Amino acid sequence: MTVHQLSVFAENKSGTIQRVLDLLKEGNIQIIASTIADTTDYGIYRIICSEPTRAYETLRAAGISVNLTDVFAIILENEVGKAADTIKLFSDADIDISYLYSFMLGNKGILIFRTKDSEKAHEIIILNKLNFVAEKDLSTLI
Amino acid sequence: MSRPEIEKLQLERLQKIVKHCMNSPFYKKRFDEINLKPEDIKCLDDLRKIPFTTKQDLRDTYPFGIASVPLEKCTRLHSSSGTTGNPTVILHTEKDLQEWAKAVARCLHMVGLRPSDVFQNSSGYGMFTGGLGFQYGAEHLGMLTVPAAAGNTKRQIKFITDFGTTALHAIPSYAARLHEVMEEMGIDPRKDTKLKTLIIGAEPHSEEQRRRIEDMLGVKAYNSFGMSEMCGPGVAFECTEQNGLHIWEDYYIVEIVNPDTLEPVAEGEVGELVLTTLNREAMPLLRYRTRDLTRVLPGECPCGRHHKRLDRMKGRSDDMIILKGVNIFPIQIETILLQFKELSTDYLITLETKESNDDMTIDVELNDMFTDDYGRLQSLAKEITRQIKDEILVTPHVRLVSKGSLPKSEGKAVRVKDLRKPF
Repeated sequence: MTVHQLSVFAENKSGTIQRVLDLLKEGNIQIIASTIADTTDYGIYRIICSEPTRAYETLRAAGISVNLTDVFAIILENEVGKAADTIKLFSDADIDISYLYSFMLGNKGILIFRTKDSEKAHEIIILNKLNFVAEKDLSTLI
Repeated sequence: MSRPEIEKLQLERLQKIVKHCMNSPFYKKRFDEINLKPEDIKCLDDLRKIPFTTKQDLRDTYPFGIASVPLEKCTRLHSSSGTTGNPTVILHTEKDLQEWAKAVARCLHMVGLRPSDVFQNSSGYGMFTGGLGFQYGAEHLGMLTVPAAAGNTKRQIKFITDFGTTALHAIPSYAARLHEVMEEMGIDPRKDTKLKTLIIGAEPHSEEQRRRIEDMLGVKAYNSFGMSEMCGPGVAFECTEQNGLHIWEDYYIVEIVNPDTLEPVAEGEVGELVLTTLNREAMPLLRYRTRDLTRVLPGECPCGRHHKRLDRMKGRSDDMIILKGVNIFPIQIETILLQFKELSTDYLITLETKESNDDMTIDVELNDMFTDDYGRLQSLAKEITRQIKDEILVTPHVRLVSKGSLPKSEGKAVRVKDLRKPF
């Protein structure tokens, strides 16, 4: 029900992200989505990719500080208000969302988020029959 | 005093103090070990028979092991700021305090201060000797003395204007800060204050920095040298020639040695300053290695004084950093960093000048990305900052950097980058 996301420690200096992208390219790993937020000194570069475990090992072997994290990936129909309706299910259940980002894949929307209340989140997904991306789907997603 | 007079007095005092040191369990043992008797000191050159005393000796005998008098004869204790391991403790008797005040008063008198002057001391008080040391010295000279203590810049300036302060003691970077705030407050130090003399010390500064401060505040600035092991301020001081610091040779015997061979350097060459106290009662120190690098300036001083002149301190024979007047050893920071398993063993301390203030940044390498959470990374940096601040009393800016981006610890890695600019 969750997928692995890479979280790379990205120091705020030129070339940091380029290095990660080059390593993934050399490893023939495709990026599905990525996001970075900036703070003064460093950022966390978060990546959803075709083969997270192999990507993780590739980056680690190259000395990159990287973490493998479980995040939820909900598939939404391409309709106005779908994100609002879906997030409401979680917030009504008092589930704290640490961060969230979304992107379009084909004609579907994908909502990625992380929460510490993952058990509760699982329940919500099952009870509401939400469509989600599983780890095994990643390699065939694109 | 002429040279022969100084040297005659030095020998008398040296013989007396060596005898007195035999009351110290530490020195008694030192002398017995090499079968040296106080009577063996027959001329000033015999001083070299006596083993050196180091800061480590002070730590090893912490707190009272070097004292040459029973504790009940002591009336004051000072302790060094932020050093590694045990702090170093210096004890004083009532007589020591009087002698110290006299030495400081002599320094202040030398630069033209008189009882009619108003002396303001912006040094930290408490254990830091720059506070009480100047206080007692200035009072001994008979000046109205304002123990303003460190910080609170606006109040400091109000005292200067309201009390008609004519002489100020401040570390150089703080003097620059005072000027900055005066400008903000619309105060012209030349017109609106009576400041004419500034005593600067405790922080390394160049001749250019001194001239700039003099120009900013419209004062003459005199360099002061002291260290808590030698009482504090009052060891050596510039005269009105502003060329070298006269060291009071009736109080100290000066040696300059090569820090590696410990042999005396040739006249006028740079080496480590070694001092022997000549009139301390509670805790005399024989051949104390100060770790400060300097040289004795050759020739006579036009002021006519025969006490030797030390050149501006050239640095340290160890890796001590002086930041905001506080002594810091990188090992203190390293010890703390090593306790964090989230970090690698590499680090880099960068010292910079920001808004005329000394600023310390410590880059630390994240060993592993142990989290996906900004909050956890931030609280790690915060915790490191807090622990370092508790140790060195200065708040650093701790910056997490990725693994492998800092110089490696093999060989001689650069741990400290000093980019501080003249202000």
